[in-house]
Amino acid sequence: MTLIRRFKKRLAKTQNLARRDVSTHHTRVAPSRVENVSRVVEASPVEKTSPQTGSVGIVETQFFQFENLELESGEVLSPVTIAYETYGQLSDARDNAILICHAFSGDAHAAGFHQDEQDAGWWDDMIGPGKAFDTEKYFVICSNVIGGCKGSTGPASPNPQAGKPYGTSFPLVSIGDMVRAQVELVNHLGIEKLLAVAGGSMGGMQVLQWACEYSHRVQSVIPIATTARHSPQQIAFNEVGRQAIMADPNWHGGDYYQKEIPSRGLALARMVGHITYMSDVSMAEKFGRRVRDNYAQGKFASGFEVESYLHYNGDKFVRRFDANSYLYITRAMDDFDLTQPTPLSQKLRNVSTRFLIIAFKSDWLYPAYQSQEILRACKTARVDATYCEIHSTYGHDAFLLEIDEESHLIRHFLARVWSDASTRNAGEN
Amino acid sequence: MTAEHRIISEWVARGSSVLDLGCGSGELLEVLVREKGVAAQGIEIDEAKIYDCVARGLSVHHGDLDAGLSEYSDASFDYVVLHQSLQQVIHPHKVLREALRVGNKVIVGFPNFAHWKTRLQILFSGRTPVTPNLPYKWYETPNLHFLSIADFEDYCREEGIRVQQRAFLRGEGETKIWPNWWAENAIFLIGRN
Repeated sequence: MTLIRRFKKRLAKTQNLARRDVSTHHTRVAPSRVENVSRVVEASPVEKTSPQTGSVGIVETQFFQFENLELESGEVLSPVTIAYETYGQLSDARDNAILICHAFSGDAHAAGFHQDEQDAGWWDDMIGPGKAFDTEKYFVICSNVIGGCKGSTGPASPNPQAGKPYGTSFPLVSIGDMVRAQVELVNHLGIEKLLAVAGGSMGGMQVLQWACEYSHRVQSVIPIATTARHSPQQIAFNEVGRQAIMADPNWHGGDYYQKEIPSRGLALARMVGHITYMSDVSMAEKFGRRVRDNYAQGKFASGFEVESYLHYNGDKFVRRFDANSYLYITRAMDDFDLTQPTPLSQKLRNVSTRFLIIAFKSDWLYPAYQSQEILRACKTARVDATYCEIHSTYGHDAFLLEIDEESHLIRHFLARVWSDASTRNAGEN
Repeated sequence: MTAEHRIISEWVARGSSVLDLGCGSGELLEVLVREKGVAAQGIEIDEAKIYDCVARGLSVHHGDLDAGLSEYSDASFDYVVLHQSLQQVIHPHKVLREALRVGNKVIVGFPNFAHWKTRLQILFSGRTPVTPNLPYKWYETPNLHFLSIADFEDYCREEGIRVQQRAFLRGEGETKIWPNWWAENAIFLIGRN
């Protein structure tokens, strides 16, 4: 790759970073508004000819409500609302649907733009006409997890029994419960079998749950930068976040919805999170030891850019995320364990779902060895799998940033799954 | 199609399962899928080549052969292929043993170090040979082990490995006479006794 291409690629990624709430600067870089207008993306290092890609344009979040969801804990959540978005057209045979599962702080808005908003969906680089999840070919669905705070039922939703928000009376939810809610949505959309389920980080956990529990309903899965179970280190970071929230005097045992919110604790939790999403190298490249003028707050802050970055992101997170959801969702991630009571390989026995497993070299929050454990289970169970460890210095954030490499892998993988499915269907007819 | 790919494709049964260890960009597996309808699986260490394999519609694992095949149970594949990769692994003996365990049959292809050009170069120049078939200087070669056809025959005899097929290549053609002198490359189809 020429130096100029390298530079362009880096520049594109910096802009992506800015778009993804991870800007060093306090003003956000607004992406150019593209509606059904094809734009040429920079040539990828993995593909000589980059296809023309575009935006899905203006999109709207939709809501699906159903009566009861029996949870793993034995409790029943009722009623349940699922916020979701769809992109592209469902085929007449209803065989081109792909479910995208979002990560911890994500939402149903994965692609395109909401009316009068500047920011594209969280995986807009991957979903759209000509993109990895090509909306000209596939019908893409993304829904907000239950327990979340972006339209699906969660601790901030009104408790019909109490006439006020659930708070911590909201039942504990698991990754399996999130997936079962997605199954209800997929049923509602009249889709018997998904072409693929894909997602990174916590989204990848849901993907694995789909493969284990609903393999008969999914042709292929794409777990990215994820794990079959959290390590003690991952649990530890989540526990720091939870303790920061619960130590905030405004938390009030989770009953704060009519009062001042536990913003200090939630911001602190997010600051810790952001450290774990980056790598030593990406932090050094992004911030160095640079100091922002007029930024130092108090005697002990030197005004390093990395400090302002963490403060900025912590404060911004507070405006868009609910502290109780933080507690519920991190708990669900920590309790998730597909290696117990039976090994993952046993759960995958006789599974015909095809796997594309992706990890990133500098990701120390979800290290590649965890993806290799998933691969090993596939090998033991003789499940068809492709595994790639993408070279990246971006740490865990890489799954949102290494677009060229991810797109190449996913585009070709889906093309094969699609053609195999079509061949099989033709054989059956 | 190269002569080596053609020969391997002739040996492989239709509709069988093939694990290619060190599959590179997946050229051989693509041939086997197309010609013999095999269920193909590759393992490759080079990330750039993983992208090539995926573009060819192949299933491939990004990883190191020396890390082992321990997850695969015995006789998981009809064929395990080590084509131009055995001489590049750190522990060829271990890898071959594992290949023979997880595969019913193993196909091994390697450059013949006893080809007359390499012999003469060592004899007369006193330097590590650089030939069209082994085009690397000693400090940049990916080949960690240098073996000849005779070496491999000895190895199979000592290990009680049954040689079922052999092919010796000189350029794109096959040679039968004095292969250890004339053949640049050799391909063996072997199995457990």
